[in-house]
Amino acid sequence: MSSVKDWAAPTPISENRSGLIGKGVDRYEGRLKVTGTAPFAYEVEAPSPPAYGVLIASPIAKGVVSSADISAAQAAPGVRLVWTPHNVPAQGERGAKINPRSQRGSNPALAAKIEHFGQHVGFVVADTLENAKAAAALVRFDYAAEPADLIFEDNLDAADQPEGEEDVRIGDFEAAFAGAPVRLDETYVSPLQNHAQMEPCATTAWWDGDNVTVHTSIQMVKGGQHTLAETLMIPSTQVRLLTRYIGGGFGGKGQSYDDLTLAALAARELGQPVKVAYTRQQMFQATIHRPAVHMRVRLGAQPDGRLDAFALEAVTHCRREAPFTEHAANFARSLYAAPNRLTGHRLVKLDIPAAGAMRAPGEASGMLSLECAMDELAEQLGLDPIALRLRNEPETDPETGKPFSTRQLVRCMTEGAQRFGWDRRNPKPGQVRDGRWLVGLGMAAAIRGNFLLPAKAGVRIDADGTITLRQGMTDIGTGTYTILAQITAETLGVPLAQVKVELGDSDFPPAPGSGGQFGAATAGSAAFAAGMNLRKALAELAIGDPNSPLYGDDPELVTFGGGNIAVDNRAEPLDQLVARAAPDGVYVEGSITPAADARDYSQHTYGAHFAEVGVDPDTGEVRLRRMFGVFAAGRILNAKTAMSQITGGMIWGVGTALHEYNEVDPRYGSFIAQDLAGYHVPAHADIVNLSAMFLDEVDDKANPMGIKGVGELGIAGAGAAIANAVYNACGARIRNYPLTPEKVLAALP
Amino acid sequence: MKTSFTLNGQAASLDLDPRTTLLDALRENLGLKGSKKGCDHGQCGACTVLVNGQRINACLSLAVTHEGDEITTIEGLAQGEALHPVQAAFLEQDAFQCGYCTPGQICSTVGMLKEAADGWASLVTEDLTADTVLTDAEIRERMSGNLCRCSAYPQILAAIRSAGGVA
Repeated sequence: MSSVKDWAAPTPISENRSGLIGKGVDRYEGRLKVTGTAPFAYEVEAPSPPAYGVLIASPIAKGVVSSADISAAQAAPGVRLVWTPHNVPAQGERGAKINPRSQRGSNPALAAKIEHFGQHVGFVVADTLENAKAAAALVRFDYAAEPADLIFEDNLDAADQPEGEEDVRIGDFEAAFAGAPVRLDETYVSPLQNHAQMEPCATTAWWDGDNVTVHTSIQMVKGGQHTLAETLMIPSTQVRLLTRYIGGGFGGKGQSYDDLTLAALAARELGQPVKVAYTRQQMFQATIHRPAVHMRVRLGAQPDGRLDAFALEAVTHCRREAPFTEHAANFARSLYAAPNRLTGHRLVKLDIPAAGAMRAPGEASGMLSLECAMDELAEQLGLDPIALRLRNEPETDPETGKPFSTRQLVRCMTEGAQRFGWDRRNPKPGQVRDGRWLVGLGMAAAIRGNFLLPAKAGVRIDADGTITLRQGMTDIGTGTYTILAQITAETLGVPLAQVKVELGDSDFPPAPGSGGQFGAATAGSAAFAAGMNLRKALAELAIGDPNSPLYGDDPELVTFGGGNIAVDNRAEPLDQLVARAAPDGVYVEGSITPAADARDYSQHTYGAHFAEVGVDPDTGEVRLRRMFGVFAAGRILNAKTAMSQITGGMIWGVGTALHEYNEVDPRYGSFIAQDLAGYHVPAHADIVNLSAMFLDEVDDKANPMGIKGVGELGIAGAGAAIANAVYNACGARIRNYPLTPEKVLAALP
Repeated sequence: MKTSFTLNGQAASLDLDPRTTLLDALRENLGLKGSKKGCDHGQCGACTVLVNGQRINACLSLAVTHEGDEITTIEGLAQGEALHPVQAAFLEQDAFQCGYCTPGQICSTVGMLKEAADGWASLVTEDLTADTVLTDAEIRERMSGNLCRCSAYPQILAAIRSAGGVA
């Protein structure tokens, strides 16, 4: 296993001779997307015309399907197949081969036992979508309903320690908190939220003999492939899963759903391609969501602001049979110094759809609490919120004592303050007016962990010089295609146009997929390793070829650049070398594994958010007026796509602070909001004057390229900056997100 | 039920189930899959197409009601290899991430620019008697029927500005 020390040496990436690393080149697949020709899963051309599948959802939260009458549906025009719990084909148990955590509780499709409202109980396939929908309305079900636990707030007393998780205690929190001269003890609530990806889950499936091909919208190629193989009770080698374009994931497509299972089963049954898409309503009721979290924050400080005692205790919820903890306290373990610390989680099990990972799981909810609490404590102490944070800046990780790999939180805050004009903030709330609007400024820190997972990549060069990178990786809008093309072109010293990138295919060398903002570092490091191996292979090829000008040269002296392979002034184009010496092309693979000593460092990405809002004191409406963020996230691979990721995350923070929430209907266990009219994601008019910048950074403890992730950092803390700005504007301190007008009105002093 | 319309400049004739939406007719019957289905309820705008030059949500419209109409979809905007200026601006400004709402955003932009050129007012237009000026606030308001969950709004605004709006 490698060491982080191996990662400090100069590489083609750090040398960046062509300047491709960091350059804001256009998206690799951008032309397909702006012309509407990138085929998403439901749009893939099947070998023959597909039949259309439609899902039917349970109207009860808990119980069993006691009977089903499919006769009318079966007799309806164009119907090919009607399945209920009583006649759906047998399915294998899932979860043995894949990450048990992410797929736990993933039941067989159309199970008779109902565990949440919206669970699918029926499936109709017909020749057209219209016929399938009409027939689905004709299936009649009887249910034996059972009492269900539906409401989080009603079940807080039932919260338990999650299995296998311990509280983290450092020092003696209780004693230190009791003895602290300045104390804060407040509870903050973040709401249940939905991913609301623009593309609903969808699958097109067909069989060729014993082998099934599925195009599906999923973030994790291998996870989806293995899950389907287990379900179908066939070897994974007989399942080819493709996911080339994904219309948004945000964690919600980290696992597969019933569209994949039932499309594959029905295509086998019918001997015809079948495609299935979730409706928007099914996306809300039958995928996963970010659970609500109650967070008690206790801070004990000296009058100068130094924290003696810090505690963040989070209570959250999951589906009864699908354990998942929203780790809302974890981020705080590395954020501020305090000798006496307590962090932990409790879990309430409910009979509602499964909770799961949503963009920046943990941080997105958790930072809404602590970053608000720090604002409140700063006011108690008469300190500027940035000064309070600076006073508690740790030299090493405050929980583990490990050195930070890099940490530019202080510079994010100070640089941001200067550029934003933080010095114009009046610390007394409610003092600044602009017409009818009360205006305020707020800030918050951002932290999000950095991860590297094992991955492989394959790269080939053909006789025409085309270099093709292949990886079982996904691009969910994050820019994966583009950065992998940049890495490969820079590593091999060829123009970007000479590189092709092919992703999202289980036949390709495996990568873990998109999630946890580990994608660029993980997939990119494997692509870099593959590129370096191709350099070696090409150098050996040239040196061993009597017709090459490099024949007999020292491999250590070989360089790549301008499409050439060279030693000193002896050079030849790569396509010429390959066409002559390896006319069938050269293919190599490369891999990355986490360094043995990488976890000897506390590795995170950091940032600081600054927001200006207006509050209408008559209506309680909050409007964003401007927002700015400064971030440090390792080497940036593409200025344009990284910026899009970060500002996209910040906008999720705006939605979190002001608009987004869902609630469970206590009568049925359904979500009250189940479409994009009821669940308000930020719209264009909500977002005004929002921008960001990156600090220069290379983290040589993170991976061989010194990069980190940017996909989740932008949301971490963003909502708290807005809540703090609302307080500064009007004096309304709201600890229950989002800050909707009725809450603002009620909290106005 | 037989229906004929002009689709991206070409005559199209269909024999359709009358329940078929324009969106499903485009995607499933005519093979034009660029128009996207995000919600099927007119809430997200991913299915926006131009009918007789005006933007509509194709999911809210039955195909058979479009007899004789001129319909333009995302596939009809580029001239061969040459992108429509709005498409080129979206590419240049990185005005999308996953790309699923993008065809709708682009068609909506084309329709919106024409509405503004024709002097249509919006909710944020202050002077209804003056010429329409596409300020940032006007663009944001007029494009709020097209959701982007990746939240590329700052980049979409920049693209629209460069393709026809003013700062």
